[in-house]
Order: sequence, then C-alpha cells, then structure tokens
Amino acid sequence: MDKLEHYQLKYCILNFGEIKFLEEGQEEKIDLFKKDLLDYGIEIIEHQKTILVQKIKDVIKEMIYNENEQIEIKSSAHISEKLGFSYGYLSKLFSEITFTSIENFLIIQKVEYTKYLIVNNHLSFSEIAYKLNYSSAAHLSTQFKNTTGITPSAFLRIIKKRKAIQFHHVN
Amino acid sequence: MLTDTIRIILADDDEDDRNFFVEAFEEIKIKTIVTTVRNGSELLQQLNDCRNVLPHIIFLDLNMPIINGMDCLKLIRENETFKNVAIAIYSTSSSEEDIENTFVLGANIYIKKPNDFHILKKILSNVVSMNLQFETNGLNKENFLLRI
Repeated sequence: MDKLEHYQLKYCILNFGEIKFLEEGQEEKIDLFKKDLLDYGIEIIEHQKTILVQKIKDVIKEMIYNENEQIEIKSSAHISEKLGFSYGYLSKLFSEITFTSIENFLIIQKVEYTKYLIVNNHLSFSEIAYKLNYSSAAHLSTQFKNTTGITPSAFLRIIKKRKAIQFHHVN
Repeated sequence: MLTDTIRIILADDDEDDRNFFVEAFEEIKIKTIVTTVRNGSELLQQLNDCRNVLPHIIFLDLNMPIINGMDCLKLIRENETFKNVAIAIYSTSSSEEDIENTFVLGANIYIKKPNDFHILKKILSNVVSMNLQFETNGLNKENFLLRI
C-alpha cells in the first residue's frame, strides 16, 4: 500500500486481493511498482483469465475446507452462482489455462485434504469420508486409488516408513 | 496458470526407450524441454552442474549401469538442493516391493513402462499435469505419490 502511494498511483481495491488502476498513462509507474513487489516475492497476476481461474480454485477450496457449512446444491451450480458466469464457460476456461478440468481439480483437492487428514489428524477413513461428504469410506477409498494409484492404507504405510528413515538419520 | 515450459530429464540406458520418451513429449499439449542422459552418473553430473537450471521432473530408470536408479534416487533425495524436484521412477519392474521401496526412499511417481506409444503419451501427459497441480496450487510435495 505504501508503495502504491509512493508512486502516486490512483487505484481502488477490489475483492480477492485485486486492485484496479484508475488512470490511463500510469504504465511506467506500474512497471516500477511491479519490480518493487518482486523484491517481496509478490507477483502480479494481470491476466483476466488467470484471475478468474484463481477465483474458481478459491471457491472450490472454500467448499472443501469449510467444515461448518455444508453446501446442498451441486458444486457446478455453486461455482457458477458464486462467480456469475455459466458453468460451461468457466469449465472451458479452466481447462484451457490449467490443463485439467474443474472436476479433476476438485477431486485432487479432496484427495490432498484426505492425505493431510490421514497423516495429521489420525482420523479413520469413515470419519474422513463423512467430513468430505462422500457417501461411504469405500467411495473415498476408490477415488483415492483412482487418483493416486495407491490405496489410502499403502499411502499411510509409505509416509510412516519415510518418517522412520528420517528419524533414523537424525539420530 | 500460463506456465513456463516444464523442464524434464530422463536417465535411461536404453536408446529406444529414450527416443520413445522424447517423441511422446513432442506430441503432448503441455510445453516441455526434454533432456536425456544414459546413466545415473551422467544424471548426477548434469544436476550438480550449476550452469544448468534444475529440472521440474527427473525420470529414472531403475536398471542402469554405473550408478543404478535406486542409488541415484537415494543420492538425489539426500541433497536439499533438489528438494522440490519431483522424481518419477520409469521402469519395467512391477514388483510391489520395488515400487513401495522407491516411494519410501522419496520417489513421487512410479511409472511401469508401457509397450504402447499412445498409452505412454497419455501417462506422461497425466504425470506432467499432476505435477503442475502440485507446483501451482501450493500442495504439499511430501505427500505427492502417484502410481501409474
């Protein structure tokens, strides 16, 4: 924010960490501003499509990680409603930019969250399945296996063995 | 993400396998640069040469002369510099013991070499796009295990 003032840039703040520059002819200053931000490890996403893809990802993550609020409608309808675009458009755009589909992204995120829960929370598969809205532990297990090629129990066994080796090295 | 080109290196002593691999990548949608080496020792030389940018994914054959894939895997994973590089085992072996061992030693991906070129293309494309998911979405790489 200080940096924006420093270059006397006219801007307003939008959602999701977005800002909009208000005047034309600020390009030179904007370039300097971008260079400064890079020093902080911040990269500016300019591309409109990339921003929208990021928003789709944010909505999906919110759906998965938000434990208090169960979303009753279909995820496609939810994403479309949240972002105000047709699902067909969003879906096409997502695949174009990320080389994967929204459905696939959703599954990968769920599987990653499952891994996290298996490793860190010591929940049973049935508990995780319930938490992530799967109809059964078997369904979760199948999707896990289809996505990673490994069963959840093999995954846990491998991670435990890795930790044992690391522990052995440290001592 | 409008990603940069994905850098890939394959260590495999079989010339046909190396050629198939390069051709397959030429035909997939995601932009890649593929380098190949003939054994583990050449691979380690490439990786340790500081003039080279690190690859995103290393593909390792297990049966290689001089330094085999398993030893390579151990050496690479002992070095912090290569912490973020994904390692894919690329082998004809389908022994459950081999597979689990490589994962335990830090491999991220295990690919059983297919005989069919189209299947190879599909597999490699899947591997690269899965790796991209981990790179661009801040997922925990330590939990990245994929068996195809």
